[in-house]
Amino acid sequence: MSRAGTLTRRTLLVGTAAVAGGAAFGAWWIAQEPGNPLRPGAGAHAINPFVVVDGDGVTVVSPRSEMGQGTHTTLAALVAEEMDLDWGDVRVIHGPPARAYWNGAILGLGLPYPEYARTDMQGRLALGMALLAKGVGVQVTGGSTSTVDAFERLRAAGSAARETLKAAASPHLRRWPEDLRTEAGHVIAPDGTGIAYADLAGDLAAVEPPREVALRPSSEWRLLGRSLPRVDTVAKSTGTAEYGIDVRLPDMLYAAPRMSPRLGGTMTSHDPAPALAMEGVEAVVDLGTGIAAVARDGWTAMRAAEAVVCEWGPAPYPSSTETLDEFVAAALDGPRNSRLRDEGDVEALGPPTTEAEYRVPWLAHATMEPMNATVLVKDGSAEIWCGNQSPTLIRDHVADALDLARDAVAVHTTFLGGGFGRRGEVDFAVIAARVAAATPGRPVKTVWSREEDMTHDFYRPAARARMRGWVGDGAVTGLHAAMAAPSVTRSSARRLVGVAPPGADKGHVEGAFDQPYGLPNWRVDGHLADLAVPVGFWRSVGNSQNAFFQECFLDELALAAGRDPLELRVELARREHEPSARVIEAAGEMAGWGSSPDGVGRGVAFCHSFGTPVAEVVEVRRDGERIRLSGVWIACDVGPCLDPGIVEAQMSGGAIFGLSAAIMGEITFEDGMVRERNFPDQDALRTTGAPRAEVRILRNRDEMGGAGEPGVPPAAPALANALFDLTGERVRELPLRRRFDFAT
Amino acid sequence: MIRLTINGEEREVDLPGEVPLLWALRDGLGLTGTKFGCGVAACGACTVHLDGQAVRSCQIALADVDGPVTTIEGLGSPEAPHPVQAAWIDAQVAQCGYCQSGQIMQAAAFLAANPNPTDEEIDAAMAGNLCRCGAYPRIRAAIRAAAGGAQG
Repeated sequence: MSRAGTLTRRTLLVGTAAVAGGAAFGAWWIAQEPGNPLRPGAGAHAINPFVVVDGDGVTVVSPRSEMGQGTHTTLAALVAEEMDLDWGDVRVIHGPPARAYWNGAILGLGLPYPEYARTDMQGRLALGMALLAKGVGVQVTGGSTSTVDAFERLRAAGSAARETLKAAASPHLRRWPEDLRTEAGHVIAPDGTGIAYADLAGDLAAVEPPREVALRPSSEWRLLGRSLPRVDTVAKSTGTAEYGIDVRLPDMLYAAPRMSPRLGGTMTSHDPAPALAMEGVEAVVDLGTGIAAVARDGWTAMRAAEAVVCEWGPAPYPSSTETLDEFVAAALDGPRNSRLRDEGDVEALGPPTTEAEYRVPWLAHATMEPMNATVLVKDGSAEIWCGNQSPTLIRDHVADALDLARDAVAVHTTFLGGGFGRRGEVDFAVIAARVAAATPGRPVKTVWSREEDMTHDFYRPAARARMRGWVGDGAVTGLHAAMAAPSVTRSSARRLVGVAPPGADKGHVEGAFDQPYGLPNWRVDGHLADLAVPVGFWRSVGNSQNAFFQECFLDELALAAGRDPLELRVELARREHEPSARVIEAAGEMAGWGSSPDGVGRGVAFCHSFGTPVAEVVEVRRDGERIRLSGVWIACDVGPCLDPGIVEAQMSGGAIFGLSAAIMGEITFEDGMVRERNFPDQDALRTTGAPRAEVRILRNRDEMGGAGEPGVPPAAPALANALFDLTGERVRELPLRRRFDFAT
Repeated sequence: MIRLTINGEEREVDLPGEVPLLWALRDGLGLTGTKFGCGVAACGACTVHLDGQAVRSCQIALADVDGPVTTIEGLGSPEAPHPVQAAWIDAQVAQCGYCQSGQIMQAAAFLAANPNPTDEEIDAAMAGNLCRCGAYPRIRAAIRAAAGGAQG
């Protein structure tokens, strides 16, 4: 294949991830993959980095972490589809840190153009980002990219494995491989005799995998496109799923950290004596900016950590919510980082019809499983067990912290008791490794108290927006949005890979500039307000605040223009992106839009994020003096939908996650310390407050989009718009419980 | 040494009586299906049955455990799930799954006491169990299905 041909093919594969089924995979694809990191023991063979065959059958090795989004199920289905595995026999494990598990879709998220209108040129830029990811081995689960990235590659891995098994079976069945077929984990000869894959494990090492593979067309799929029983459901329903916090090793100790409550601040002194006097306490480890207590059980370790008398230095940032907020607000008048949308000329429109300022607070991830990791440091090596969203980053940062070579660090990824972006960080593993380094030869499980977890997060940043809009003749004629917040992209990149990308920060303004609205005059400005408060990727990232700003303000403009907010959105979207217009229409249809009776309010919002347009209608009802969330209707278009049941769960769960934050999510600072310490201070919706949810999955696109995050952004603005419909009051600040009394 | 009846077996735990049952189960006995979420009875992840009642095991000192304890491991198994676990599996409830042991233990005790609950009773009974994935629609569906199954 020529170089140009290769490039074209790759552009198709990576840029759109939507090549029709049946495409032949060139030899370059498999031959140019990074080496296979798997070294299974005797009697087992790794055909490629994703498929291991042993005497018990086939194990699919997942390049991505299972944090609830169902990735183990869908990625295994990609392999099983091509391999003709019986779904009930499929086993899935997490892969080790390795370049082979690079994520070809994630860096492309940072490219500064709207996803809904990607051009060839932009597709090539995405390809470039994918090759960069491959080159440096970016093994990250995030950005709702897992399925998009794996769609071709894991089917190719399954197809190659199937052909390898047929070649291995050929001498046993005395037939040429092309005369054989596969079914239910067996290679079958024309006369019906079969041989189980498990029985071929010993023969596979001698078989060269094929140089070319073909992918089955979607019309032949048996598993993909159906709602499959998740591979983790039984374990998670019987208490037998192993999370990081459940890892048990012989002779293991337990530890609890207590780091400076002023984030990034120093520890000026500490006295471990009160802790060391407690029964069951083995040691107090000095971590420089904090301590960890080591004990015979986790509860004693947590109590001992609290018993250490510590003095802390000042916070390296303004020390209260109010002073932090002033800094963010001032950035709106400071230098501009980006202007990624500038249609027409908003300057020429004269004084705006409507002006408003919006703001949102800091937010914690609050995964149900508190941060933790188990580490054994021994003989110049380290072995780590934890739930994480990036095994390679965990490996590299632990190696640096302990001054070890990277290949002296092993990472075992368990199930994640929630990720939401928090477990894309490495701090929990580095702290655990430093604790374990103090007890060489003995494994230590370091578990954070809920208080330590909530007060030492990498928060969704507080943000502000200044919105100006123009209407005339029943139309929105102009929109100027300016947003200010600390940059998640820059601070995360600096922290995790040592360098911040220059130029326009797309993540900072995503959810606003990149929306498929045909506005004649439209400008979106990003202003960075960088602070030393740790900020990180919080499910849906910049979309989480920017969709709130823009979608609420669009309702303000609809009101000013005398337009129905849903019809207005449909009209604006139809000019740019028909599938987006269709999801907005569908959400309205599901909710019975247009007929809200007394005591009922309805609001709509839309956001195109992570490749997927989602519209949500939220309904609120008066319940005595309180307001109850009575329903949320969600319409989305993920393009080719590989598992409707999983997509539905991600959409409804994402909406409830977003509604929780909108109603009660808020992290505040006092004296440099986070005030919210546990769920009584920082709660989320429960059965009594969560609305009924209905999801419709449309199919008007060929490109595949993500599912884990896009359900979040429309939730907050749809709720605020519903509250306006109910009460006539426009609230431009979150959380909404400051103003309304919700029945939760 | 403290003696307990856990999942129908007599067990001994070598921890002081002040240690909460949660940590004795997890760190003392290796029964890690019961989860630590908050330590202050605010999330329900540590829910077990004490004498058939759903309780937060993070709030009960070992010395105060005065009856038989059932954990998620004792409720049923992957091979022989309890009807509530079977309903959870059928409804594909779990996302991250971390809270589901507690959700299931809460639901099982609730349905044992109230086999035909209304939707409002289900919501009220489950309000102490937090799920950050927002799996509530399927939690409700699984409980309704388990209740229906009990009727049939």
